[in-house]
Amino acid sequence: MAGFFKSLIQRFTKPDIDWDELEASLISGDLGPRLALQIVADLKSRQRTLHGADIVQVAREHVRKILPESVPALEPIPGRPKVLLIVGVNGTGKTTSTAKLAHLLHRRGHKVVLAAADTFRAAAVEQLTVWSERLQIPLVKGPPNGDPASVCFDGYEKALKTGADFLICDTAGRLHTKHNLMEELKKIHRILGRKDEESPHEVLLVCDATTGSNALQQAREFNKAIPLTGVIVTKLDGSGKGGVLVAIQQELSVPTRFIGLGESVDDFQVFDSKRFVDELL
Amino acid sequence: MFSALSEKLESAFKKLRGQARISESNVSDAMQDIRMALLEADVDFKVTKDLVETVTKQSVGSEVLLKVSPGQQIVKIFHDELVKLLGSESSALNLEPPQRILMTGLNGAGKTTTSAKLANWLKKQGRRPLLLALDLYRPAAVKQLQVLGQQLNVPVFAPAEGETDPVRAAKAAMVWLKEQGNGVAIFDTAGRQDLDEELLAELKRVRAVVEPNEILLVADAATGQQAVSVAQKFNAAVGITGLIMTKLDGDARGGALLSMRQVTGCAVKFLGVGEKIDQLEIFHPDRMAQRILGMGDVVGLVEKA
Ligand SMILES: Nc1nc2c(ncn2[C@@H]2O[C@H](COP(=O)(O)OP(=O)(O)OP(=O)(O)O)[C@@H](O)[C@H]2O)c(=O)[nH]1
Ligand SMILES: Nc1nc2c(ncn2[C@@H]2O[C@H](COP(=O)(O)OP(=O)(O)OP(=O)(O)O)[C@@H](O)[C@H]2O)c(=O)[nH]1
Ligand SMILES: [Mg+2]
Ligand SMILES: [Mg+2]
Repeated sequence: MAGFFKSLIQRFTKPDIDWDELEASLISGDLGPRLALQIVADLKSRQRTLHGADIVQVAREHVRKILPESVPALEPIPGRPKVLLIVGVNGTGKTTSTAKLAHLLHRRGHKVVLAAADTFRAAAVEQLTVWSERLQIPLVKGPPNGDPASVCFDGYEKALKTGADFLICDTAGRLHTKHNLMEELKKIHRILGRKDEESPHEVLLVCDATTGSNALQQAREFNKAIPLTGVIVTKLDGSGKGGVLVAIQQELSVPTRFIGLGESVDDFQVFDSKRFVDELL
Repeated sequence: MFSALSEKLESAFKKLRGQARISESNVSDAMQDIRMALLEADVDFKVTKDLVETVTKQSVGSEVLLKVSPGQQIVKIFHDELVKLLGSESSALNLEPPQRILMTGLNGAGKTTTSAKLANWLKKQGRRPLLLALDLYRPAAVKQLQVLGQQLNVPVFAPAEGETDPVRAAKAAMVWLKEQGNGVAIFDTAGRQDLDEELLAELKRVRAVVEPNEILLVADAATGQQAVSVAQKFNAAVGITGLIMTKLDGDARGGALLSMRQVTGCAVKFLGVGEKIDQLEIFHPDRMAQRILGMGDVVGLVEKA
């Protein structure tokens, strides 16, 4: 989580601002070259008023302004389960984040049901089963290679019947370029809306912090298929800075809601933009 | 058909028509466009900078070809430079004795899937692959490899129930391997982050037990600017001998491969192009260069000119 601004602070207090260096640091945080260049150009145009100011601080403010100050909390809806659909490309941390989220809600005193809707990948159901056993949270699963939409539907029934506050559906990893897999996701979305028009109430895209520019493209395409309500950025315990979440916020207005900081269920936090900008950038 | 990059370069080079040589001033706009294309493809910032400098030097003063536009010509120079950096045509797996392959990489990169893909590929080559599961952290990781092994009809080593120490598991795996007799052993390991010194040290201990002659770093095509750090840290910890890039069936341009190749000096052995076991491809540096630049068949055109 070493910040890319940190190493620069001293260098920028001198009268000549090293714009290339600032641009380099923004790009190396995976903020995306376009956004990075835009920020640099913007600051350059205000060069006069910046005289003597700490340019790193100004750049930081600039990034912070793009991000909302706080994110909506996950409150249950009285009388019916709130449905969270977890989506994303392969290997980003969907199943782990599903377990982490369930654990967080469980700890807050909510009743949770899980649906193992990745019926495709080898041992994906077993993976979530292990989590559900460890966490003592009920899990609904279907037959191997079964229809993921019907697993989600069964999950909803179970959540409704048992009076659960939340249903969290883990889905298979899919690249946003695969038409049939994106159609499958739309179907899941549709089926979940059968019993409750507003379901799924949250669609969370799981993004790996190590991902570069492609994360923005992933977010665009998933958002096109089923409107996203938030992003979970994982693996922030690595060297990845997750800078692309800023670009996702700026272009799509989809806020980051949670971050993953490790492989165990407690390595999970509500996203705090101030901390992100201060510590990560 | 030309890509957006080529079209942009066309306009940058309008001025150049009728001139005989490419000069510094008319090259600079084009270089900006190419720089942006490389950065958007996740080529490392520093690698991009060096590349643009090298190519600017090469282009300035070079003769303007008549049959292609200068934009195409510059792209071609870039392309050739990228190919050079990406290295030779697919270098084969090292299958010399002791025929032991260790799979490493970040969490979720595709190690387990690629282990199975390699086993499948080896089988097709008439070899006898063996899969060994050493990931004790991720829930059901061993099961995942077992399921894949079963599909392929390849023997799979599974650590003892309740085993928590990967080094001890590696020792047991070596005993199992001996019992199995001849074969190419593929050891799947747990994913780990490049900043996790502890887990990297553990990988080093596993390597000491396994004594592999091929240590592959598996990386996701969508990896961003941290590719250099990732490759450096894994290389420093265990000494990488080859690279595999996965998930190239998406639209990530895969510029990270260039950085990883630069940092480790290791050849790219294979590319993963899908979730299925047979979706493994041989690496072609020229195709990869075209993908990174995000361009169509400019190269073929220039070569004909
Ligand atoms: N270090 C670290 N590892 C993580 C984090 N989140 C998930 N992982 C690891 O990333 C790998 C992939 O996680 P999964 O939860 O299986 O990912 P997924 O998106 O469900 O994968 P598919 O279903 O195959 O697409 C596993 O090794 C997880 O332990 C995180 O925040 N930090
Ligand atoms: N589309 C696509 N998916 C891939 C490819 N290679 C692997 N995957 C998928 O990526 C996800 C992660 O793959 P794994 O093989 O579990 O990754 P891993 O590196 O073993 O993960 P950990 O052991 O948790 O670190 C799975 O959903 C795979 O199906 C590929 O080339 N293309
Ligand atoms: Mg999963
Ligand atoms: Mg694995």
